[in-house]
Amino acid sequence: MNPDWIAGLIGGLMIGAAAALYLLGNGRIMGASGLLGGLIDGTGRSNRAERIVFIVALVLVPALLVRSDVVQPAQPVAGLGVLTLAGLLVGFGTRLGNGCTSGHGVCGISRLSKRGIVATLVYLATGVLAVVAVRLLGWSV
Amino acid sequence: MIRLLIAAISGGLFGAGLAISGMTDPAKVRGWLDIFGAWDPTLAFVLGGAILFMAIAWRFKTPRQPAPSAPVDGRLIGGAALFGLGWGLSGLCPGPAMASLTFSGPSVVIFFTAMAAGMALFGIWSKRV
Repeated sequence: MNPDWIAGLIGGLMIGAAAALYLLGNGRIMGASGLLGGLIDGTGRSNRAERIVFIVALVLVPALLVRSDVVQPAQPVAGLGVLTLAGLLVGFGTRLGNGCTSGHGVCGISRLSKRGIVATLVYLATGVLAVVAVRLLGWSV
Repeated sequence: MIRLLIAAISGGLFGAGLAISGMTDPAKVRGWLDIFGAWDPTLAFVLGGAILFMAIAWRFKTPRQPAPSAPVDGRLIGGAALFGLGWGLSGLCPGPAMASLTFSGPSVVIFFTAMAAGMALFGIWSKRV
């Protein structure tokens, strides 16, 4: 089997374990956009410290893994203008749709939530559309 | 205190999983969405592994909650559609953007800043409507 697929599966199981721990330990859905968004717009005031600690660990542990050569740093695939537009779309869209890949994709689909399944099908479809559009328009790095 | 410890372990494990799985590599994410080109199935293994683990975890959740009853509405579909466009353009979604904030150069920092601005804009917009 392709080593990338094995790494993907191992990493995926770790992501699942993290979401399971957050659900069973703290009784909350592990959704990256919701955890950050609640800090930004103030809707997550009641468990602010928990959100901050989660995000700090989420940033620091991968930094340590790169520093100790376990993981290689990645290269961007888009220029700064495209990245800015994409960031705005991701930020606004995940808050409007109430979730991203972790909340809708991992936590929603695993409990067979209709909203999670529909959201995931929609963002996969528009994601494919964006990649095709980028190729047709000839946008690269 | 225990809640903060759980948040730290969960956040760290999430970050490690994202980095090890290849989710923090925008080229891999683009490859996954590039179904009409050189399709890269790696993300199916990532999502599959994560969903498998979580599907088991939901069985241990007490009290067993039914799936959320909120309806599929225009906000869900519109929001997911916008998110997908941004995801495809950049190869980044919120979790991996935070996980690779320290090691993928200024591009991820710019993406993250724009994403935070988008979230703030939503906060302002949602208070007005």
